[in-house]
Amino acid sequence: MVRNEEKPWISRDYLKCTGCRRCEIACSLYHENQIWPEASRVRVFMLIPGVEIPHLCAQCTDYPCVKSCPVDALSVDEKTSAVLVDRDKCIACGKCITACPGKVPHLHPRDDYILICDLCGGKPQCARACTKAGYDALRVVTEKPPISHNLFARTPEEFTRDLAENLYGEKATELI
Amino acid sequence: MVGGYAGKLLEIDLGKDRIMATSLREDVLRQYVGGRGLGARILWDRLGPKWEEVDPLGPENLFLALTGPLTGYFHGARICITGKSPQSNGIIGSTVSGEFPIELKCAGWDGIVVSGRAEEAVYILIDNDKAEIRSAKHLWGKDTKTTLKILTKEVKEELDKRYSRYGVVKEPSSLYIGPAGENRVRVAAVEQKWSHAAGYGGYGAVMGSKNLKAIVAKGTGPLPPVANIEEVKELIQETERKSFKRDRTRRWGTGYAAYEIGADHSSEPVRNWQEEWHDEKTMGGPRFDFRYWVKRYWGDYGCAITCMKLAVIKAGPYKGAITDNPDYEMEAYLGPNLGVFDAGAVIYLSSLIEDLGFSGINGGNVLAFATELYQRGILTSHDLDGLELRWGDVNALAELAKRIAVRKGKYFDILAEGTYRAAVKISELKGINVLPYAVHVKGVEVGAHGTRSDEDYTHDICYACSVQGGDHTSTVEDAYDDMSIVFQDSAVYCAVIAWGGGLKSIDWRFLRAVTGWDITEDEWKRELGHRIVHIQRAAELLGGPDLGWKPPKDDDNPPRFYEPLPSGPYKGKAASRKEIEKRRQEYYQAVGWDENGIPESSVLKKLGLLDVHRALGRLR
Repeated sequence: MVRNEEKPWISRDYLKCTGCRRCEIACSLYHENQIWPEASRVRVFMLIPGVEIPHLCAQCTDYPCVKSCPVDALSVDEKTSAVLVDRDKCIACGKCITACPGKVPHLHPRDDYILICDLCGGKPQCARACTKAGYDALRVVTEKPPISHNLFARTPEEFTRDLAENLYGEKATELI
Repeated sequence: MVGGYAGKLLEIDLGKDRIMATSLREDVLRQYVGGRGLGARILWDRLGPKWEEVDPLGPENLFLALTGPLTGYFHGARICITGKSPQSNGIIGSTVSGEFPIELKCAGWDGIVVSGRAEEAVYILIDNDKAEIRSAKHLWGKDTKTTLKILTKEVKEELDKRYSRYGVVKEPSSLYIGPAGENRVRVAAVEQKWSHAAGYGGYGAVMGSKNLKAIVAKGTGPLPPVANIEEVKELIQETERKSFKRDRTRRWGTGYAAYEIGADHSSEPVRNWQEEWHDEKTMGGPRFDFRYWVKRYWGDYGCAITCMKLAVIKAGPYKGAITDNPDYEMEAYLGPNLGVFDAGAVIYLSSLIEDLGFSGINGGNVLAFATELYQRGILTSHDLDGLELRWGDVNALAELAKRIAVRKGKYFDILAEGTYRAAVKISELKGINVLPYAVHVKGVEVGAHGTRSDEDYTHDICYACSVQGGDHTSTVEDAYDDMSIVFQDSAVYCAVIAWGGGLKSIDWRFLRAVTGWDITEDEWKRELGHRIVHIQRAAELLGGPDLGWKPPKDDDNPPRFYEPLPSGPYKGKAASRKEIEKRRQEYYQAVGWDENGIPESSVLKKLGLLDVHRALGRLR
């Protein structure tokens, strides 16, 4: 993977997430042709009301998920830097889930293969839905992938603790 | 199955510990759609023959939580809560927004019907096609935020284990009650998330009467498929485009009105509706925004407006209070109507009311009613175990709410019965008629939009003749256009979005795209909607066991609406009895009721409501 080329990335600002989940609707309509929250490649977690975390692949520069795949079902899209899943090769072993520091990949609820954001070929539908509404919690940027992207591969629980403190101050400890 | 529906209801008998699935018939769905309409039909089928004997707080009542075909598709997902109402003793369709209906539909259910009464505190867990009844002893007595916290945590941990192969699953969604519901307070709400409440109807008390603390749902499937997905996609875009233009509602939520409706329309309740005008610039949108809002756009599943705003108080005497916005109804009912004109205090009281499990409108109305009785010297601090109730005294008002929620003390127990029932009881005990101070219509406390100035959307008979009483979301005017809300509550999506966005004509196209049915606006407004309203009317008139309503006497405004406005630009204006009488008869005729307000036999027969016709024989 050439890191000095500009690639699309979904910049995320959890503080701006409204919890409208129109990203999930857009994603599942695009990929599944139906509204399917748990089959969406971006899923908004709400462990505490008001703390809404859109959870999706951060395209880590070292791609631990791709490295963990025992059957070469995962690859990196040269054009976008997204992780691509070969459904036929995927054996749904879950090794990529364990390898991901943010536990982002999850199995399709009906069909046995892993779901990872593919950046919709370079035009992410989730970010489009979000910016169209003016929320900009998810927004497409084009940049040379910095190692800082890796910091977004965190679990919803970890992000929730940070956000809760930001939004609720001292009260946060009572809410978690 | 027809598009948009899972095709089945989850039925849980808490008395017999029995769980089963019932299939829904397409012909019934086409007539009653879902939510309020389907709820009315189910209640009438099962309880109609003995309606007068059913105690709304007894095990024989049913608790229903129903979605509709448009839930999850038309943006702004809601669920309709219904049953025999412990406020009106009829049927109220009370909707609340949030993700619960999405989880439920994705689990493969269109709704839930709970019957019987559990011996001990329980909650229901729905995990896709499986459901179980679990102990809620550890949750009983807990405030709503704590309840939700414990439930989300314990169920999420379990789901993560059950679905460990699958990866991390999203948290489940819950419907739950607070202490007020547990103690069968008739103004208790069914809550969702935080600050999301099905308030009208008193269904929190129905859950409490069944020892049911919560219902938790997780579904991993898709929303039920639709008839024409391409058209649905286009309609989603079209509704969003219209909603994005509603800039003021998006920026400030409905809360901007807490100044405007008082200062401009003069229809905002002030000190238990003794006035409807104020010019307090401490109220409304920007006065909350820059000091308290930590999230300016907060919404529920699919919403393109996000009129909610997350308000948090981080310092000072109200530190730790968290609520939405508050929206207009909360700002009015926990602000000016209690003589409170401080944004922080309104947030604190809203947060507290939600923690205790009250409906902010109905519970707020009770607080104001009690405070007026204190103002008039009818209730004394002796009656109230030492409590001194004064307008604007936030601590005293908070204490009043806390004691009513647990029915602690004679008069607090009486007030827990809701404004109307408390007024009847206090009149008896004190030998003074306090009904003139009870601002309700047929047992349902009135929403925060007065009719005296005639400058609001609410006019003359809009509450008086509604089968949902004081519910400001379901007012009536001409028995034609008012059927829109019956549709929105039956197809179950957000009326705030449908009303203000010029979206009414999209309803029918949306319904066709989702279900494939060819129901037209005219068919709904002349026939289908009326069936639902007639059933609700029959239930309301039969009432029982503790009270019933007699039209035309009870198809009336609260007495206060006939008192001339004492202040503001519309000073001196009041409802006219003569005008109300005229409008009432016009409405009766338009909807198909006789001069005494009873549905006409010929109308019922034409609509095929022979069971309703027969039941009304008990009144004639």
